[in-house]
Amino acid sequence: MAIDWSEYRPGEFFDELFSAPGEARPAARALADYLASLGTRGLAERQRDAERAIAEMGITFTVYTEGQNIDRAWPFDVIPRTIEANEWARIEAGLIQRLTALNCFIDDLYHERRIIADGIVPDDIIATSSNFLPACVGANPPFGVWANICGTDLVRDRDGTVYVLEDNLRVPSGVSYMLENRIVTKQVFPEMFEHASILPVDDYASQLFDMLASLSPRKVDLPRVVVLTPGIYNSAYFEHSYLAQRMGVDLVEGSDLVVADDECVYVRTIRGLERVDVIYRRINDTSLDPECFDKDSVLGVPGIMRAWRAQNVAIANAPGAGVADDKVVYAYVPRIIEYYLGEKAILPNVPTLLLRDDETRAKVLAELENWVVKPANESGGYGMLIGPRSSEEERARMAESIEANPRNYIAQPVLALSTAPTLVQGEVEPRHLDLRPFILQGQRIWVTPGGLTRVALRRGSLVVNSSQGGGSKDTWIVAADS
Amino acid sequence: MSLLSRVAERIYWSARYLERAETTARLARVYGNLLLDLPRRTGLNWDVLVQITGVSDVYRELHPNPGVDAAERFFVADRNNPSSVRSSLQFARESIRTTRDIVPSEAWRSINELCMDVSQELDAATSHRRRYGIHSLIVEGCQQLSGLLADTMSHDAAYQFFRIGRNIERADMTTRIIDVAVATMLGREDLARFDNTLWMAVLQSLSAYQMYRQKVRRRIAAPDVINFLLKNDQFPRAMAFSLRELAASLASLPRNAEPLKKQGNLRRTLAVLDVTRLTNAALHQWIDEAQLQLGELHSLIQATWFQPTASAFGRGQAQAASQTSSQTQTSSNPTA
Repeated sequence: MAIDWSEYRPGEFFDELFSAPGEARPAARALADYLASLGTRGLAERQRDAERAIAEMGITFTVYTEGQNIDRAWPFDVIPRTIEANEWARIEAGLIQRLTALNCFIDDLYHERRIIADGIVPDDIIATSSNFLPACVGANPPFGVWANICGTDLVRDRDGTVYVLEDNLRVPSGVSYMLENRIVTKQVFPEMFEHASILPVDDYASQLFDMLASLSPRKVDLPRVVVLTPGIYNSAYFEHSYLAQRMGVDLVEGSDLVVADDECVYVRTIRGLERVDVIYRRINDTSLDPECFDKDSVLGVPGIMRAWRAQNVAIANAPGAGVADDKVVYAYVPRIIEYYLGEKAILPNVPTLLLRDDETRAKVLAELENWVVKPANESGGYGMLIGPRSSEEERARMAESIEANPRNYIAQPVLALSTAPTLVQGEVEPRHLDLRPFILQGQRIWVTPGGLTRVALRRGSLVVNSSQGGGSKDTWIVAADS
Repeated sequence: MSLLSRVAERIYWSARYLERAETTARLARVYGNLLLDLPRRTGLNWDVLVQITGVSDVYRELHPNPGVDAAERFFVADRNNPSSVRSSLQFARESIRTTRDIVPSEAWRSINELCMDVSQELDAATSHRRRYGIHSLIVEGCQQLSGLLADTMSHDAAYQFFRIGRNIERADMTTRIIDVAVATMLGREDLARFDNTLWMAVLQSLSAYQMYRQKVRRRIAAPDVINFLLKNDQFPRAMAFSLRELAASLASLPRNAEPLKKQGNLRRTLAVLDVTRLTNAALHQWIDEAQLQLGELHSLIQATWFQPTASAFGRGQAQAASQTSSQTQTSSNPTA
């Protein structure tokens, strides 16, 4: 049966593909016509093709709570999400501006701390941040850049405004799924790619490799770059191994590396020890070096911080970069951009209340059911409360946690996340989504065209994290002329 | 850029476990048939196979009063037996999963499917006929995977470690199989008239029957079979052939002096062996010695390539750090 788009009703929400019932946005017109011609049955067939391709390619992610059976197929929705190229250009500029400023900020915090002296960011916020690492003070990562790989979460509200929801500056994941989603979509909708001008995404691995190589302390033709993984039980192990394979570099575990007396990092090979120049680490700051942080960590490399401080090895992201990834610091980002760049922020923040302030806290606690509350240092949707969807018991527990540690919580209004048509049990229905573009900064700065669109598969749900039952879509930046 | 020690180690182990799974399944297939051919009063049973893989202790602990099928299930399907077919396949799968960035992606897909299929079948199968089918499924699955690697992987250092693992395990398993046959006959005059049946079964378990007949044009006799399986350098599952393959792989790797020397010693020991002059007891002893030497060769390979220490730089933490990854695997290895 052909799809009748006038039957598709996103209701009060902003829909990414339709401006009104039956009225596709310019970037989505060709897609909407094509999908309509396929019909629901044809579409379901493509969905099955896509799922088969995903199982065969072994695209998986890991859920911690599933015990032994840790590998799950990546949930994917076959209907792409479109963004018009002109709108994307503005978002891209906003992302570049934001990461540039955040890197100035981090470098400043670990050196002169001008922004604190000038009273823009209060000292105690940094002093109480668990992501500020005293061991990094005075360190000089290449180009003064600390966060080399950033995954920024964007959401769109009812009126169409795109907000930055959070900056992931520690070990952002998801980019492999963005790449695989495109490969799968090309397989199941080859007709679309023949006719429309959709920006390609597949040079991410070479952009990443070039950026990492540019950080090498030794100026050699082929610096040795490695990806450092915590190992097979990490939820993103698939991605670690995928990126290593795509870049043609070694995937290493902490025990593969050793710091020698010359304060250089070496990898154990069958020929003996070989020098490592750049480490793309996918383990947390505090696991990096048992000499320096968590003494019991078996994931890291003893002495690696000494090697890094001596500039004998580059680590991306630099240790300590997470200080700008704190949800309390987030509230200050528009001011941070103005301070370092003298520009207004292109992409707005979601209005954010800091619960460390007594008056604000009292106000939020009085009506918790109207707010989204997030812990300052968690990621992956863990530990957050969505007021209107919460039970009285959950709210009581959250109130207790807030009172116990007010610095660690922020509150944001409930956003009416935008929707896009999604195939749910053979029917096309609106589902909420967000977008995570990835930004690379080394000598140059570069943004993925589009990013990873995550979609909440449950009706009405606002939680898009894959660890919480979300799925994903391919993201198309469509040039205006098509 | 040279191959990581950890990756070399995992590839080596994936080959050993695959080979072990295949040979164990072969043994189960043939032994099941053999028992059907022998009269019940001979008292032969699956316990012999449990001994061969060096896990009798685990078996006795788990089955103080074993039932009829206990040993067979333990040998093939038991997850608690680190040498069972199921465990070996599972270890191989984990090794390949953690070297996914190096081995061809089809190999991962293939071992993954094999593990899923075998696991399902093992849980479902109770009849003898069905079990015979599973054993063949495993043998074919392992062979498919070896072929896939041989044809789709660059024959670089990583592949050489795969070949080394396979041939060490093969030499080891072949000697074990001979040993078990010898041990079965030892001091059992009443079994003498089944001698022919037994040695035929041994040949079949190694897919060697046809090649043996082509090579040795006499009726089947123990010394001829043993001689063929140890000293023939053209049959792939014969010990001499495995050692020659090993030599070629070792020769292509860096820093190979020690393991090469050990391998040379083993080949010389084998060259001077004259099976016809040995009693069964002396042969049993010779095999024990050969297995010890294979174990030593394994240790040298491990020390040379899997645990390069930072000692050249005055630091000793290398060894401590790399042990965590190998310990769980070596504990289930009969030769280590």
